[in-house]
Amino acid sequence: MPEAATAAAPLDEPRPPRKLYRSSDGRWLGGVARGLAGHLGLPVIWVRLVFVGLFMADGLGALLYAAFWFFVPLGVGGVEAQKPPSLVTTETSSDGRKRLVARKPDKGQIVALLLMVVVAMVFVGNVNLGGGAQAYLLPTVLVGAGVALVWRQADNARRARWVEVGRRKRTLTLLRAVAGVLLVTAGVTGVFVLQGSAAHLGSVLQAALAVLVGITLLAGPYLVRMTQDLSEERLMRIRAQERAEVAAHVHDSVLHTLTLIQRNADNAGEVRRLARAQERDLRTWLYKPEGTGKDEADEPTTLADAVRRNAAEVEDKHGVPIEVVVVGDCPLDERIGAQMQAAREAMVNAAKYGGEGGAVQVYAEVEGKTVFVSVRDRGPGFDLDSIPADRMGVRESIIGRMERNGGTARLRAVPDGGTEVELEMERAEKTS
Amino acid sequence: MSDPTEANGTAGAEEAAEPAPTAGGGAGQRHVRVVLVDDHRMFRTGVQAEIGQTEQTGVEVVGEAADVDQAVTVITATRPEVVLLDVHLPGGGGVEVLRRCAALMADAEQPVRFLALSVSDAAEDVIGVIRGGARGYVTKTITGTDLVDSIFRVQEGDAVFSPRLAGFVLDAFASTDAPPVDEDLDRLTQREREVLRLIARGYAYKEIAKQLYISVKTVESHVSAVLRKLQLSNRHELTRWATARRLV
Repeated sequence: MPEAATAAAPLDEPRPPRKLYRSSDGRWLGGVARGLAGHLGLPVIWVRLVFVGLFMADGLGALLYAAFWFFVPLGVGGVEAQKPPSLVTTETSSDGRKRLVARKPDKGQIVALLLMVVVAMVFVGNVNLGGGAQAYLLPTVLVGAGVALVWRQADNARRARWVEVGRRKRTLTLLRAVAGVLLVTAGVTGVFVLQGSAAHLGSVLQAALAVLVGITLLAGPYLVRMTQDLSEERLMRIRAQERAEVAAHVHDSVLHTLTLIQRNADNAGEVRRLARAQERDLRTWLYKPEGTGKDEADEPTTLADAVRRNAAEVEDKHGVPIEVVVVGDCPLDERIGAQMQAAREAMVNAAKYGGEGGAVQVYAEVEGKTVFVSVRDRGPGFDLDSIPADRMGVRESIIGRMERNGGTARLRAVPDGGTEVELEMERAEKTS
Repeated sequence: MSDPTEANGTAGAEEAAEPAPTAGGGAGQRHVRVVLVDDHRMFRTGVQAEIGQTEQTGVEVVGEAADVDQAVTVITATRPEVVLLDVHLPGGGGVEVLRRCAALMADAEQPVRFLALSVSDAAEDVIGVIRGGARGYVTKTITGTDLVDSIFRVQEGDAVFSPRLAGFVLDAFASTDAPPVDEDLDRLTQREREVLRLIARGYAYKEIAKQLYISVKTVESHVSAVLRKLQLSNRHELTRWATARRLV
């Protein structure tokens, strides 16, 4: 079971140095309590209770919470930042409470909000700041709630970058932001109203609106420009990184090869070999689809890969260019593997004995269940019958190998010089 | 046909066997005006040096161009018989040149024919220029003699497939699961497949003719038919093939 494995993993493996993150999973407000709980290894409910308790002490808890919210970055899945959110259900029992919330975040949030309102009411009722200050409390709470809403919104926006968020949440997001702004406005207005008399409410609102519009007019374009610049910069950075990666690889190997070519300028064979190797490398980089064949270390798993790999190795070893054309592709099985070995042997022969006539041509085709490979050189050609019986190279490693695996091999002289080896093999049943 | 250097498809094979003909009697009859389009000056110089010795090869390079606009201007001004066209060009690539020279290609009196010459291995480049109207595609690793031969073949109105292009085409036309839109166009005949297969295996036309017991002319007509299908057919298979390789 994969779930069991993931549940056990955090216990067994040494943890990376722990850093405090706010949790984005199963949080009620800012994820501070959960993050702290995860960081300290305490049940989250304790931390929450402590915060509520501190809140009662003249609102200290609220201040602390706000500070944490502001400064501590948000992480996915709490402390175990790598853990995908879907695995929350497999967490240990100490977090039992959290899990429930994690599954139904919306309900939890409502409960949390209601709780907060109740606690705030109690707080407002109890606190006695004396005379004038008491009146400012409600507006302040309003402002606090609005700020919390908007901050929470910013968290969500950040989280959306890690986790794909559904489309329908767009409206919710907007609603939330509007509600936050309204709350803050109401609070601020309240403060103003308390300072002046209610009669001045209209003019205060007008002034506030005027200032707001003014600020928007002044700062708006800059803000828009800035966000655009930022995203553009990010794009550029990604592009530059990609380019740097290609450049690092390509420049290096091309420069190396050019140096080697200059040094071996009078050795035509070596120069050709170097140039071919570099060309192959470059082509692999430029034209292969992402993620295929870029890693030299991997064993080939498909016919096309195997043919190209073999050709490249033979080409490198014998310094004879080998041109490869592959039509279709199929996974390698035991029989095709044997065919590849035979093909490789044929390529080696072609390179050794027929290489002077020009490039060796390799053609592989998958048609239905049949895999056909032809290796053709333009050398002097040779006659199988004229080769002494004790020379087993061709008979054993090409013809014999093909026949043992249920395929056929044909060697024949091409009319205008050269030899062609044709290998035909049926793919194994199960891979169809 | 006693003169082996007479312009036809078989001439190249003879040339390959012998050293390049030096100012032979027949050389005068073989003459083709060529424009070179490639943005790498070094490559143009190299090709020019290799094939542009008119008295030996019969190829006269009448113009060069390094980008799309230049190419269109030069081609329109000089009206060559064959254009050696690089696939990657600043200003839209070889396809753009083909698009803007469509009228010249269609000219009945003296058509301009294009031979794509590229280092590119990418199938979409290759198929792109062929579908754009190029009469053939060869890679830049081709030898001078083979290139001269290909130029003449294109001048004759013939198609030129390199082994690699033949491979691409076979690949694209293979596995016809979906019923073709147009039976005639969207399917290669058995013979055409055989011919293509032999090209992909590195056979010259003459060798193919011998192998299949047909004449060189027949090989040529098969290849031209394949080219026509490639250019005209409304191939959803081509699209599917390209999609499967993440080309589109």
